[in-house]
Amino acid sequence: MSDTAQATASLNGAAILSKDLSIYYGDFQAVRDVNLDIQTNRITAIIGPSGCGKSTVLRAFNRMNELIPSVNTKGEVLFRGENIYAPDVDPVEVRRRIGMVFQKPNPFPKSVYENVAWGARINGHKGNLDELVHSSLKAAALWDEVKDKLDQSGLSLSGGQQQRLCIARTIAVRPDIILMDEPCSALDPIATLRIEELMRDLAKEFTIIIVTHNMQQAARVSDRTAFFSLSEDGKRAGMLMEYGDTKTMFTRPEKKITEDYITGRFG
Amino acid sequence: MSTNNLHSSNLPGRHRLGRVWLVVFQVALVVGVVALCALLFNILNGSFGYVAVQDKVNPATLAVDGVPLEELDKDTLIQVLQANISAGLMARYEFDKPFAERDAGEVYDLILERVVAPEFVAQWSLYESLTNAGEVRATAAQEYPEARLEFRSWLNWHFLRAPQSSYPEIAGVRTAVLGSLWTISIAVLFAFPVGVAAAVYLQEYAPDNLINRIIQTNITNLAGVPSIIYGILGLAIFVRALGAFTSGIAFGVTDPATANGRTILSAGLTLGMLVLPLIIINAQEAIKAVPSSLRQASYGLGATRWETVWHHVLPNAMAGIMTGTILAISRAIGETAPLIVIGASTFIQVDPEGPFSKFTTLPIQIYQWTARPQSVFRNLAGGASLVLLGLLLTMNATAIILRNRYRRSQ
Amino acid sequence: MATPRTPATGSLKRKPRLTELVIQSLLFLCGLLSIFVTAGIIYELGKESLLFFGRTQWQLTNKPIAAAISPADTAIEVGAVGTPAQPGDLLRINGEIVRLVTIENGAYVVERGVNDTLPAAHAAGVVLEKGIDPSLAEFFTGTTWAPHAGLFGVLPLLNATLMVSGIAILVALPLGLATAIYLSEYASPKARNTLKPVLEVLAGVPTVVYGYFALTFMTPLLRTIFGQDVVQIYNTASAGIVIGILILPLVSTISEDALTAVPRSLREAAYGLGATRLETAVRIVLPAAFSGIAAAVIIAISRAIGETMVVALAAGAGPAFTFNPFQAAETMTGHIVRISGGDLSYDSLDYNSIFAIGLMLFLMTLVLNIFSQYIVRRFREVYE
Repeated sequence: MSDTAQATASLNGAAILSKDLSIYYGDFQAVRDVNLDIQTNRITAIIGPSGCGKSTVLRAFNRMNELIPSVNTKGEVLFRGENIYAPDVDPVEVRRRIGMVFQKPNPFPKSVYENVAWGARINGHKGNLDELVHSSLKAAALWDEVKDKLDQSGLSLSGGQQQRLCIARTIAVRPDIILMDEPCSALDPIATLRIEELMRDLAKEFTIIIVTHNMQQAARVSDRTAFFSLSEDGKRAGMLMEYGDTKTMFTRPEKKITEDYITGRFG
Repeated sequence: MSTNNLHSSNLPGRHRLGRVWLVVFQVALVVGVVALCALLFNILNGSFGYVAVQDKVNPATLAVDGVPLEELDKDTLIQVLQANISAGLMARYEFDKPFAERDAGEVYDLILERVVAPEFVAQWSLYESLTNAGEVRATAAQEYPEARLEFRSWLNWHFLRAPQSSYPEIAGVRTAVLGSLWTISIAVLFAFPVGVAAAVYLQEYAPDNLINRIIQTNITNLAGVPSIIYGILGLAIFVRALGAFTSGIAFGVTDPATANGRTILSAGLTLGMLVLPLIIINAQEAIKAVPSSLRQASYGLGATRWETVWHHVLPNAMAGIMTGTILAISRAIGETAPLIVIGASTFIQVDPEGPFSKFTTLPIQIYQWTARPQSVFRNLAGGASLVLLGLLLTMNATAIILRNRYRRSQ
Repeated sequence: MATPRTPATGSLKRKPRLTELVIQSLLFLCGLLSIFVTAGIIYELGKESLLFFGRTQWQLTNKPIAAAISPADTAIEVGAVGTPAQPGDLLRINGEIVRLVTIENGAYVVERGVNDTLPAAHAAGVVLEKGIDPSLAEFFTGTTWAPHAGLFGVLPLLNATLMVSGIAILVALPLGLATAIYLSEYASPKARNTLKPVLEVLAGVPTVVYGYFALTFMTPLLRTIFGQDVVQIYNTASAGIVIGILILPLVSTISEDALTAVPRSLREAAYGLGATRLETAVRIVLPAAFSGIAAAVIIAISRAIGETMVVALAAGAGPAFTFNPFQAAETMTGHIVRISGGDLSYDSLDYNSIFAIGLMLFLMTLVLNIFSQYIVRRFREVYE
């Protein structure tokens, strides 16, 4: 399938779309020519061996890489048909519409309530904040556990609760897309399970892109899977190797390298 | 698809606020830098500039047999001096230091000071001298017709070499610089070994028990005690209680001028006490930075604790300890208040001879000159400040060079 | 093999290592020395302060003896002028100390020769002196500091100290905090690495040079701006502003360290929610670094209170109870320097008074320093 054909074909259902996306750390090309269309209200998993630029690609989707001075991005990322890297685009607006949950839970050193309300408040939320906090915490499956300790510091919660708090905080801003960067890597299996269940619920309302190093997780939760690996020319740039329906990918991968990775022969 | 109706588009306002505050932050930084520039400029402003000089006696008239004053030999110079000043004053100079022991240069300086006696009748700042030289010249010619206008650097060779004097024309910082070097040396001799030993104890030996925690907290708090308190403590302990030792009486020194214990030794020990906590804290940091694998390797070979410390930990930490110590000393070299409290001498013309001499130091000299009401002394204070800053710069440069050399040798 | 092996018969039992023990003891003593320094400070300041408060000062009452008295007399006729004494007061007549028992018909009935003095004959016209003991209450409430005249109110000195420190922190806190935020949240690494050393140079300049700066630059500047009549040559505003510049690097470097220590994940979380740089810096990073910044400010206040040379040169030499920052007023440290700069004899009132003021200064700064350590421990957020 040619890249342009794929891009045009999926424009209708695409929540976000990258065109020839290359990312450099200084002189080093970390990611090369990624063309990826993410479908709306689906969970897309990005998998691949460590160091192949999965997180870098994910962070390129809401211009998070700009916070590191040496990073340089080339190519386009289209969100609703608009290139988020165009010079007149405000990264703040981009990040408000494309939220992010990080690898390690990082609640603010504020109360549980404030953690959820803060993002909405700075973004000019006009409705009832209490209601928003309630609905967001409920949506993040955290309400029952924290309804009595809304005034306590977010840092006092357990690791899994902290991560769900971070998800609630992201939902409260009502983004279109939620990026999740290995959200369960710092959690125990039970907490991981809860987050995975939560993701299925959230997918009804949000488009979710999740980076994971755990293939079982990708297979369990995602609708589509993108497999990244290092280029074989020795330059160690991350490339998109294969992209498709998760089921297809895990049963009948097109490429040999994908099959090797999925069956655990390397990675 | 989620809706965004609940959010107003408030971004332009938020960005505007962001830009306004960015300017505020930048302005704050600029103010800090401007303050530093003003500080330095102010010193330079006082250290250079025009002066109007008026001689009491024209040196040309002091020539003997056509030989100009500066080329006369010592005996002739003494005669010239004798002819122009009172016998009483001559006797006092003889008492201070017999003329037989003075060289021609010293006698020449005396003639300049007492006979020629150039006087600064007016002085202008560097800023005025540079931007408004014409007016300065006109004012000088009009108000001081007898005087000659010179562009003077208050920091000059004579200034560095000459002892203190109540005449600004010939005053210098020699005694003060020597006093500073003496007190600092004593402070280091006392505080460095004790401080490093304390740091070694706390880092390498001390078990985590109550007394060691108290020692550690205490050191942190001592570092925050105002320096003037150390002066009061020095006054009570070194000057008063231990006066017999600090005045040198216990060692057979009999100088009535220093019998009160207000000596270089007292000053040095007070400054030593003041920098002790700083040296300990810096040395602790340096020792902490030595990797523990090094210690384990040493213990693994059957070394005792002290052998490990002496052969491995200290040599590796030494660069950091040295840097920290020099930084602590640069703090001590600028200290003024504690030395005033323990009783620095206001006026000394003779070089300090040893730990039991009276003392003054460079910062004290600056303080006294600045506190004088006559503006001419402010220029001297400016020159002395330059010397002090130069001294500090040299020390900090030494610290950096030392550190780099240590790093390379490892 | 050339090197012989340790004899196999050697025991593994502990052997006393004398050198190790001696060295360890010596090192411990060096560590302990710092405790002695603190103990010395507290002991000396406390002892001499007690002497200060136990020292009777004699104040002229302007009240003369009306008729000559012999050593045996207990009733003293006094003149009408001057300040009257109260029963219980100590009075001094030419070196003899008497205690006033009661007043009968205008005559003082006294107990003669108290406090180890001997009754003596006194001529008419000798003026009575009244004994005054400095009391803690008067020390902290009196508004005049003139110990030789029996007035022991430390308020003028304390007030000047607080005014100078207040002005200093008003200058240093906004500037220092803004500088810290700029350096940690906005500046590029290159700019930061250039600007930080510049501020550290400010911190390394000796305070006496700042004093020179205050007197020869800041005071003339203030007098030009506000008028020669408004601003006195010596004033607390000039000293306060310059001390503010002096503690600016302290505030900005410690605050910057605290801001930089906030984990990057928090900033990313805020950006991920669509916060601007300002919102991230001021509403997320700044509160997270609160404990460090509060500690920096308290340490800076403590430093301003203890700062001596700037006030000694620029704030004025003479206690004055004024709230006008453009007037001269002597601070606690300035007073200590001025008094001890003269010829100070031991066990004199002046000698004891600098210890009393010194003790107060020591306690103030100690409390502030301990408080700052407490804040750091108590409010530090624990990140993983």
